[in-house]
Amino acid sequence: MLAQQILNGIVVGAVYSLFALGFNLIFGVHRILNLAHGGVVMVGAFAGLYAVLAGLPIWVAFLAAALAAGLLSVLIDFVAFRPLRQRGEMEFAALVSSIGVDMVLTTLAQRWSGTQVMRFPFDAFPISSFTLFGLRMTTMQLTILGVVLAVSVLLVIYLYGTSFGRQVRAAAENDRAARLLGVNVTAVYVQTFFISGLLAGLTGVLLGLAFNNVYFLMGEPLLLKGFVVLILGGLGSLKGALVAGFLLGIIQAICTAYLPNGLSDPVVYGLLFVIILLRPSGLFGDTVRNVRAVRQ
Amino acid sequence: MLVIDKLSIFYGGIQAVRDVSLEVAEGEMVALIGPNGAGKSSLLNGISGVVRSSSGTVTLQGQPLHASAAHKVARAGLIQVPEGRLVLGEQTVMENLLLGELALGRRQPTQSLQQIFDLFPILHERQKQYAGSLSGGQQQMLAIGRALMGSPKVLLLDEPSLGLAPIVIEQVFGALQKLNQAGMTILLVEQNAKRALEVSNRAYVIEGGRIVHQGLSAAMRDDPVMMEHYLGGPLADNSGTRREDLHA
Repeated sequence: MLAQQILNGIVVGAVYSLFALGFNLIFGVHRILNLAHGGVVMVGAFAGLYAVLAGLPIWVAFLAAALAAGLLSVLIDFVAFRPLRQRGEMEFAALVSSIGVDMVLTTLAQRWSGTQVMRFPFDAFPISSFTLFGLRMTTMQLTILGVVLAVSVLLVIYLYGTSFGRQVRAAAENDRAARLLGVNVTAVYVQTFFISGLLAGLTGVLLGLAFNNVYFLMGEPLLLKGFVVLILGGLGSLKGALVAGFLLGIIQAICTAYLPNGLSDPVVYGLLFVIILLRPSGLFGDTVRNVRAVRQ
Repeated sequence: MLVIDKLSIFYGGIQAVRDVSLEVAEGEMVALIGPNGAGKSSLLNGISGVVRSSSGTVTLQGQPLHASAAHKVARAGLIQVPEGRLVLGEQTVMENLLLGELALGRRQPTQSLQQIFDLFPILHERQKQYAGSLSGGQQQMLAIGRALMGSPKVLLLDEPSLGLAPIVIEQVFGALQKLNQAGMTILLVEQNAKRALEVSNRAYVIEGGRIVHQGLSAAMRDDPVMMEHYLGGPLADNSGTRREDLHA
């Protein structure tokens, strides 16, 4: 029973991790707390849903959602962040700007969807389950785990094993030095926003499929959970985002299973409080230093 | 090699560089000296494309670069070692060096990693360490080595002696001299005028954003009136140490 709950928690946690990876990529490179990330996830879910409703196979829906969210993310950078960057007002202005973008996205989606909760068709994803080491697992859960692990591996290869990644990391640490060494920083910014959007789009479809609902506010609770993951793992730390995402999923699943109804959230956030007290920098990252870096 | 013609740069509403013209011939080491706030760094950043120039031209071997973005200027072979070094502290020495290779683009390399390690053996020793753990002098060597990885046609240096102990300044300037003797064209911006005039062939003096004097470095060094008037006389001897105190 416990093992089954942990497995379920790992699957939910994988989605949190994917969300946090996209969010953290933007924070790591741009030092922006992009509160519109939940909105981008939601748009990705809608894009995937409409692709399925249009009769396209599910893998095309994933692709469409990732692309749509990726392009949206680049557009957001152009409209909401780039003008601020040029005037050197990235700190709080970007935060406010991202809240504005999130509101625009959710309001548009609300009108578009008529405030309805929409669902993927029953047969959108093959429903079957199998038993692994005595644990029941659905193909959906396996897909979620597979996508998140594959994306994480690709992201690590991209950032640490390619010339592009070297440029991204250089621009993240010091954009002026990067420029003087021949890094096209503008191109790096477009790339990181696109990749962050790709991750958000995949998160959206996985979330929509897993909980079988797609609605205009679906990104918001995730944003809050995403924040817990970020603080837990450490702002800007990709490794932290991954591990903390899984951890949060497991803790939540266990709380939901063994605690009285409604106690799960207070326990989760209480735990966050304790962790911040004991390790202000998160489990892996250096939250305090990163926040200071933003302030500078 | 590098020709700057009537370059003007505004910086926050103030004209930091006024109609500056200067030239660096192939194989030369040219110093640009002058007091703090004279416009040295602005000029260098204007040449590098970090700051936009409002008028005038920058040409490298006949190729106009004044309208190019900074990363294109670097890829064309005009590579700056910035003031304060700006090494990437969270990456290793080797990663920093490999990043420098990016500026090479499709040009033929003239420098090799081995040559750079020969010039600065400490970089070879510390290649796996994080750049942030190096001393100031070692970081300066890394910044120079990193720029060399892009095989610059002209190496631009902004205050390489800044904040370094005198003995380390000697090492850095010694390396620059070696590089120059091996054929590297160098434009050196320095506040430590005395030292800059010792290693360079020619020099320009900039004050208030204008070139107020130019000539052979040796002649300037031996001209007491010149040293007194433009470079603050004996003070120039200590400028390296003074800055170091400020940064201690």
